[in-house]
Amino acid sequence: MSATRRGVLPGFGLSTGLTVFWLGLVVLLPLSTLGLQTARLGPAQLWQVIASPRAVASYRLSLGASLGAAAINAVFGFLVAWVLVRYRFPGKALVDALVDLPFALPTAVSGIALTAVYSPHGWVGRFLEPLGIRVAFTPLGVLVALTFTGLPFVIRSVEPVLADLEPDVEEAAALLGATRRQVFRRVLFPAVLPATLTGFSLAFARALGEYGSVVFISGNMPFRTEVAPLLVMTRLEQFDYAGATALASVMLGASLLLLFAVNRLQRWTRARAGAP
Amino acid sequence: MDPRPGGGAVKVTGAVREQLPVAGPASVRPPPGDGAGGGARAPGAAGEAVGAPAERSSRPRRPATEDPAWIRRGLTALALGFLALFVGLPVAAVLSEAFSKGAALYLAALREPEALAAIRLTLLTAGIAVPLNAAFGLAAAWSVTRFRYRGKDLLLSLIDLPFGVSPVIAGMVIVLLFGARGLLGPWLVAHGCRIVFAIPGVVLATVFVTFPFVARELIPFLEAQGTEEEEAALTLGASGWQIFTRVTLPNVRWSLLYGLVLCNARAMGEFGAVSVVSGHVRGLTDTIPLHVEILYDEYDFAAAFAVASLLLLLAVLTLAAKQLLEWRAGGRGAPHGSRS
Repeated sequence: MSATRRGVLPGFGLSTGLTVFWLGLVVLLPLSTLGLQTARLGPAQLWQVIASPRAVASYRLSLGASLGAAAINAVFGFLVAWVLVRYRFPGKALVDALVDLPFALPTAVSGIALTAVYSPHGWVGRFLEPLGIRVAFTPLGVLVALTFTGLPFVIRSVEPVLADLEPDVEEAAALLGATRRQVFRRVLFPAVLPATLTGFSLAFARALGEYGSVVFISGNMPFRTEVAPLLVMTRLEQFDYAGATALASVMLGASLLLLFAVNRLQRWTRARAGAP
Repeated sequence: MDPRPGGGAVKVTGAVREQLPVAGPASVRPPPGDGAGGGARAPGAAGEAVGAPAERSSRPRRPATEDPAWIRRGLTALALGFLALFVGLPVAAVLSEAFSKGAALYLAALREPEALAAIRLTLLTAGIAVPLNAAFGLAAAWSVTRFRYRGKDLLLSLIDLPFGVSPVIAGMVIVLLFGARGLLGPWLVAHGCRIVFAIPGVVLATVFVTFPFVARELIPFLEAQGTEEEEAALTLGASGWQIFTRVTLPNVRWSLLYGLVLCNARAMGEFGAVSVVSGHVRGLTDTIPLHVEILYDEYDFAAAFAVASLLLLLAVLTLAAKQLLEWRAGGRGAPHGSRS
């Protein structure tokens, strides 16, 4: 390939070489050891670890709570994005900044803060306790923690799409006689659906791997409130590297699949945005 | 739902015609919706009907695409309630718990030698990880946006990879590679080099999880900017380094700073990955988040929340810087992937 086909600017070799070298050293080399160690296990041992009842219970909780949290965030994230884009109210700038807090706040801090709020003596837990609802140290607590961590994804995915939406489209629909509900269902909703789904998948992927904010509120009881990343951590602390490796490869496989899906969704979103 | 306009919608059409000069075909066309169709959608139609007459009578200039006040207020309240429950209350809880035993104890918790050691290690870790990833991000962004070559999409996906990996796994692969029983472990031990359960491991884990941040900010920005200015510099005889430092760097400075801020926040706050590799040696390999965990597990809640409030301050500063940079960049939103 000639230099002009790549581009006329200098520095191709240096920048690409540095990128590939650093990527290989920091990311690919460590990650490849996971594949290598998993391959060493042999199918029988691998299956024994990944299909053990405790592991299956952890997948179920991780998947269920992550899906639930992503669904809550899809609905409320859409709502918050709608309110932030469409309506004006006092303190809006502050609220807008607050949305990003789950990204900026270290997970350990969110973990202990949520536990403080939702424990039986906490500000919210206190009122739920008489109703027979326990949040902290139950699967519900896992759901709350994962909802917190995934909160900004849908909002930040939907917000720009909603803001870029031309008012003409809605006006045209109204002109053609559509009701407000029809405008929403047939014009607004389809336009923001890809972005909502992207945010949903991002929140879901993040929740699957989340550790810091969950460990404090979940109580970490095997079979009941132990999420998959936590089980990996437990195995590591017991120096059971084979077990940890097998579980980690399942998790990594799942998140790579999701990442692929997100990639597809984002392409779809861009294609939608590009269309007239 | 029936795609045809319903009975209630005709009023909206009329209201729109009053304010819009071009309302030709829609207003002329007879209302095709029939009574039966409207009746079938009765539960939904109730909500819609409220908006239409109000628009026509009281405020004719309000666009037909706007929601009625009660919906506006209701949705705003719902959204704010959700945010308060999940974000506002936890933040307030951190501050309230931190000062629950008085300001003196709060300051004492921060002045403890182990807390100071944790702060030092966190600063050191971020001080190494952030510049390394900034240099990488600049190189990657230059390579990806300034040249055409095969495998670029793959390279982009691989750069994003650390976002898709659970922090626990990120820490674990470093243990698998450098740990005493890892692939390179025996060789490292023989050469007196300790990475896992020591500071290098903490730094490596941090570099891994913060890897894509700067690159993710720079790539879309440089992509959007194009290569004209750099090519102009080239034709004027500038060297590669001159183009980079005099044209590209000044152009990307806000994006770069934005990436650095996000990268730094994650580097200082990382918990899962660092937790795996640090080994929790108090006062030696504990970062601030790990110190919070230790205090919390010892039921020293006031101290745990006091130290946690430092991280909350970091988060608030990060958000403030982010807001400022977005405002400077003219309201440019960050790409979604970069926030994880």
